[in-house]
Amino acid sequence: MKSLFRQTALAALVGLSAPALASLAYVSNEKDNTLSVIDTESQQVVDTIEVGARPRGILLSKDFTKLYICASDDDTVQVLDLATRKIVDTLPSGEDPEQFALHPNNKHLYIANEDDAIVTVVDVTTKEVLAQIDVGIEPEGMAVSPDGKWAVNTSETTSMLHWINTETFEIDKNIVIGQRPRHVEFSNDSKVAWASAEIGGTVHIIDVDNLEQIHEMSFKVPGVNQDRVQPVGIELTSDGKYAFVALGPSNHVAVVDAKTYEILDYLLVGSRVWQLDLNKDETQLYTTNGVSGDVSVIDVEALKVIKSIKVGRYPWGVVIDPNS
Amino acid sequence: MFRPASLIVTLVFSLLSALPLHASETIAVKIGYVQWAPDQGPVLSNVLPEPEDAGLRGAELAINDNSTTGKFMGHTYTLTPKVAESEQAAVEAFEALQQQGVDLFVINAPASTLTAIMDKAATDTLVFNSGSPDDALRASKCNPNLLHTLPSYAMLTDALGQWLKMRRWSRVFLITGPTAADQAWASAFRRSAKRFGVKIMEDKPWTFDADLRRTASKELPLFTQANDYAAVVVADVRGDFGEYVPFNTWLPRPVVGTQGMSPEAWHRVVESWGAAQLQSRFYDLAGRDMTSEDYAAWAAVRSLGTAVTQLGKADPKSLRRFIFSDRFQLAAFKGRQLTYRLWNGQLRQPIPLVHPRGLVASAPIEGFIHPKTEMDTLGLDEPESACRING
Repeated sequence: MKSLFRQTALAALVGLSAPALASLAYVSNEKDNTLSVIDTESQQVVDTIEVGARPRGILLSKDFTKLYICASDDDTVQVLDLATRKIVDTLPSGEDPEQFALHPNNKHLYIANEDDAIVTVVDVTTKEVLAQIDVGIEPEGMAVSPDGKWAVNTSETTSMLHWINTETFEIDKNIVIGQRPRHVEFSNDSKVAWASAEIGGTVHIIDVDNLEQIHEMSFKVPGVNQDRVQPVGIELTSDGKYAFVALGPSNHVAVVDAKTYEILDYLLVGSRVWQLDLNKDETQLYTTNGVSGDVSVIDVEALKVIKSIKVGRYPWGVVIDPNS
Repeated sequence: MFRPASLIVTLVFSLLSALPLHASETIAVKIGYVQWAPDQGPVLSNVLPEPEDAGLRGAELAINDNSTTGKFMGHTYTLTPKVAESEQAAVEAFEALQQQGVDLFVINAPASTLTAIMDKAATDTLVFNSGSPDDALRASKCNPNLLHTLPSYAMLTDALGQWLKMRRWSRVFLITGPTAADQAWASAFRRSAKRFGVKIMEDKPWTFDADLRRTASKELPLFTQANDYAAVVVADVRGDFGEYVPFNTWLPRPVVGTQGMSPEAWHRVVESWGAAQLQSRFYDLAGRDMTSEDYAAWAAVRSLGTAVTQLGKADPKSLRRFIFSDRFQLAAFKGRQLTYRLWNGQLRQPIPLVHPRGLVASAPIEGFIHPKTEMDTLGLDEPESACRING
């Protein structure tokens, strides 16, 4: 009776308030096999959706109607319909998909298959596997440049960035960076790529025209041993002003001037901060904190942490739907 | 004198990394692997025997890892494994490989064999010890060309000592088996106990020779009779009687040490920091779980691969210099970058404390601090070792 009431109340709450809500944030909880849905206005969890085993990378379709979920231990990519919050489809993904990136054409999904040293390219409309590309050991980070020209994969144990030509599906160039590269983020104009190396403790800035490293930065968090400073997720503001770098078990996010590469501040968040996403107007940055099982909300203007929101166990990825 | 040299290394590295990869030279890296494990003798607890290829399969996995990276760089890696049946055969296998031009080695053998092998090593031959946890090899009997990827007994028992202190279980009952390894483990533990303020209330040698599978419940409670203790520490390296200590103690107390909850270089239950990927890669290769010996051999071969990738060279002298430089760091699924201690060549590393089906903690335990790196709270720190293999 009680649970029925609660469900009804929840449904009513969601049903009633959904249209009026500010944008929603989706968080994948790696060890709960769920997604937490957060209303970014009230900064509260408004729903928890059951998904496949070990959900890690998540991303939105370009029309913001679907959420793609890497269900790593189910060896599949699930497709969640955002309107109904139901899994409506699965895509062939290759084994152990961890991170992925969607081409601006809204069709080609590049999936890093961590256990197989392969990047799989799937057409999400036909579910056809277009290519499987051999990369280094433990492919992890995936990014497609906004102009659609490059797909970049990071291989953790090989410590390389593999630059995949999106027309030929072949690797045009490999760049060795610091140990255990995790994540790549392109600037809006596709001219610069930022890549983090978790064990190396570095972030590498790559000039995309020449495919050469133009800068390497490391971080020093006051009072934290250097080997705990481990860059993972990166998020860039679209105005080119800031780069935010999640520094893993140092429990801080670095704020970097994206033009001069000067480190402006370190913000204390939850334990083992992993991934980041900005909301639509870029006033708030959400971080997933794997060990403390919460999400920190950073006020971008004030550069202050304003809230921490409890989610599921081992929150991994976060995306904020600008259209909801 | 040191600074200009490291500057040059940095410069060379930047130049190299700026070069397009197809321009890099083809390099063939040959690594020799020699294994000799003496017969442990009959043990009471022989239900779950140790795999005979422990170590070898770890080296093989690392060769695969190196090769995948190498194919993008024009570097190839081959492992020549020799599993010997005696100490003498191990030394001969080493010499034969050396004569074939191999100058990079991983040795999985006891300390005495390792010492005999180092006596036959050419001036620049670089050797990784993946099989002996012997403290003397790190405290006084060091060799400039010998590096250690397996944690020493002192590192393991320091991990345990920190944990006991953190739990405030600082009064313990120590049971030590009869073998030389048991004695070495126990004396390492006594040192750790002193270091972290753990008091050994009873320090008893194991002398019973009955088959405990029939009589454990009768003999062990009497053996562990004492006024009070917070935990029982077992030193039984080969796994003779130790498995029968848990749940059979006089007082209802946990059992730690070589059985019960153990400090290990590696264990199946380690999964954080990407370890799950290494575990599944290993399982696919070997069809069994990865042991500490596998991990140590893997770390040795990966150290070489990492250095070759970054340096673009494979001669032992250059590799050794690079591995001890501040450009070197090994990503090894323990949540920190691993480096080698300059004074004795030991690979610094966190030590997981595990029970057979779960991870309890990972040392260094938070709160045990060190001016350089917390990992140096485990094992023989510079002032405690007489070795200075880098001058």
